[in-house]
Amino acid sequence: MYISLSDRKPVDKNKATRPTRTATTRVSSVVIALGIVSMFTDISTESVSAILPLYITGVIGLSTVAYGVIDGLYQGISAVVRIAGGYAADRADQPKWVAFFGYGVSALARVGLLFASGFAALSAVIAVDRLGKGVRTAPRDALITASSEPDNLARSFGVHRMLDTIGAAIGPLLAFAILFFIPDGYSTIFVVSLAFAILGVLLLGIVVPNKRPRAERATAHSTPRARFRWRDLNDRRLRRLLLAAGLLGLVTVGDGFIYLVLQSKSGFAAEYFPLLYVGTNVAFLALAIPLGRLADRFGRARIFILGHIALLAAYVCAALPAAGWQLTVACLVLLGTFYAATDGILAALASQATSIDTLASGIAAAQTSVAAARLLASVGFGLLWYSIGRDSAMTVVAVALAVLIPVTAVILGGLIRAGKPT
Amino acid sequence: MNRSKKWLALALISVLVLGAAIAYGITAYTSYQARSAEPSEVRTTTTSVTSTDPHITFRNTATGEGYGKVATVPLDTPSAARALSDQACDRVYATGAVLSCLQIKRGVPTTFAASVFDRAGSELASWPLPGIPSRTRLSADSSLVATTSFVTGHSYAITGFSTETVVSHVDGESYGNLEDFALWIDGERLTTADRNIWGVTFGSDDRTFYATAASGGRTWLVLGDLAERTLTAIADNAECPSLSPDGTRVAYKKRSGAAETPHWGIAVLTLATHEEVVLPEPKNVDDQVEWMNDETVLYGLARDGAAGDSDVWSIAADGASAPSLLIEHAWSPSVVNE
Repeated sequence: MYISLSDRKPVDKNKATRPTRTATTRVSSVVIALGIVSMFTDISTESVSAILPLYITGVIGLSTVAYGVIDGLYQGISAVVRIAGGYAADRADQPKWVAFFGYGVSALARVGLLFASGFAALSAVIAVDRLGKGVRTAPRDALITASSEPDNLARSFGVHRMLDTIGAAIGPLLAFAILFFIPDGYSTIFVVSLAFAILGVLLLGIVVPNKRPRAERATAHSTPRARFRWRDLNDRRLRRLLLAAGLLGLVTVGDGFIYLVLQSKSGFAAEYFPLLYVGTNVAFLALAIPLGRLADRFGRARIFILGHIALLAAYVCAALPAAGWQLTVACLVLLGTFYAATDGILAALASQATSIDTLASGIAAAQTSVAAARLLASVGFGLLWYSIGRDSAMTVVAVALAVLIPVTAVILGGLIRAGKPT
Repeated sequence: MNRSKKWLALALISVLVLGAAIAYGITAYTSYQARSAEPSEVRTTTTSVTSTDPHITFRNTATGEGYGKVATVPLDTPSAARALSDQACDRVYATGAVLSCLQIKRGVPTTFAASVFDRAGSELASWPLPGIPSRTRLSADSSLVATTSFVTGHSYAITGFSTETVVSHVDGESYGNLEDFALWIDGERLTTADRNIWGVTFGSDDRTFYATAASGGRTWLVLGDLAERTLTAIADNAECPSLSPDGTRVAYKKRSGAAETPHWGIAVLTLATHEEVVLPEPKNVDDQVEWMNDETVLYGLARDGAAGDSDVWSIAADGASAPSLLIEHAWSPSVVNE
């Protein structure tokens, strides 16, 4: 039977008649532009980081031992600068230009890469790149919030994260393709990486309009612009979010560990070990928008919690004694689901739990609490791995996560019930 | 600037930036093609590589045709023209009967593999590696193979580094990752998180071997036992051991100097007396030493300013003389006496 579109009854009369609906169905062009900026930047970053181990061992001729040690330090730098970036964006009420500074610093680091020879120079370049990344993240997310309708905030973040992750998937493939045609073509990869970094910075500088969240609100409410006050950050909802996200972060072990577990069990995962994260990214980018929409509809805190249930399932899937490529693929899809349900949604939750005056600082605080907790989790899990064995360690973390999920659901209770931003 | 001018400016600059990157890539591609089609910068021959006379098997790193391929030179005249094979390996080790070859398989995706070939060049076994090839060794009777690879995170986001070292029969049947062996240091079992094992050298009994164990920034020379699945530390500060043909001494990399500017030299330990001799090599060595005979050791050194190129050097194992260049544009040497 043929059913024309006009035959269909409106799905929900109440919603269809609400005037705000039409406004919320579209994602702002600013968000898409920021997504493309992130996509170019991720192509730039990931193309280099994918081949960095090959470059360090093959060309610079150093063992990667030293690299691993220094890498841990950079994680710390990144967390501290992230708070500073958020604060600067709020204080000056200039999120675009603070983000621009961060993207610009990373692009400059790419220029350094062309001339860096030796390990010290390379470390310095990577440190500068990290600084840039730390600075830009929170102001950019604040810009996304300021450019989006409150009703479809999670979807806006979904669109942004999808574009961002497309870049993260393209980057390594591009780098490997270049090495396939030019086996010693590291300098070509660095040049291409620089080109994409420049494109990202230009697009941000020229196309994305500056938003001044605090000034705009002051105009709208015809009240004088509020000064930035640390006190505004001390919001009960934000405190609860930081606590809940931090707790969950403590039982979120790095993907790398899960890939190692899979690799030790399945010949399929072993063969494609260097590419497993691409599988996770593909699931992430495919699910970012649908899960963002769901979050706007059913509550962001709910989807955030659901995402951690997907993570729990991924742990269980990795700890299962069975092997086979199907299990590996299922595990990657679950990990991708976890990221799609938590990464952008965390920023959306932080936005709804903080006042517009401290938007970037609030987002930065939430992201830092998660990043710091995950760093601890990875160190702790590493210890557990060797003291009680791989499978037992996986089981311990899975049980801890299973316990923390209902606990954090209670902590986030207010946000779950509120569902929508105030 | 109005809106359309902005977009025009963006489009122009984008075309310029991407065009420059593509032009750079094409130039790099054509120059690579030209370089690899050129005749090799060293003398080569095509005579059989399965020669039964004593020879050195290594990875050819001379620019031009045959770069990265397995090559051999006679042991008594290492400066003679090298015989090139068609087999490409990033790390290679040979005995008379078999050849172990670790490869970076460039492509989308780039993967890593270990393969074992017999003397005729047909593949006996092959298995994937989880990361960049680092070391490989065969037992003297050609029954066991050891491989070490760097298991690296794909991105900045994954902290830490680890090695995976696996001992297998040449048919592929494996003893598993040596990190799962019990590691004993000064009578205590070490279970810390950052344990890494690398650089295996086999004893003559197909049961014992030596390797490096590392944890907390320290390294140990360990004696391994395949039957008991144990590793026992016998000396401090030793990496990538190599057992002498007579089985009495072990040569390894030894770290010295300040923490920020470490130097890795070569030392030789006499097992019976625990006497250690540091050899006079001022350069930084990042290789697993190979014994040419009971008096001389071989190792690769990167060439300054020439990415991806290296030379094989030799030095007296008693520390009595300075190093000398043995084979130019070569890497990963193994001495085949049969």
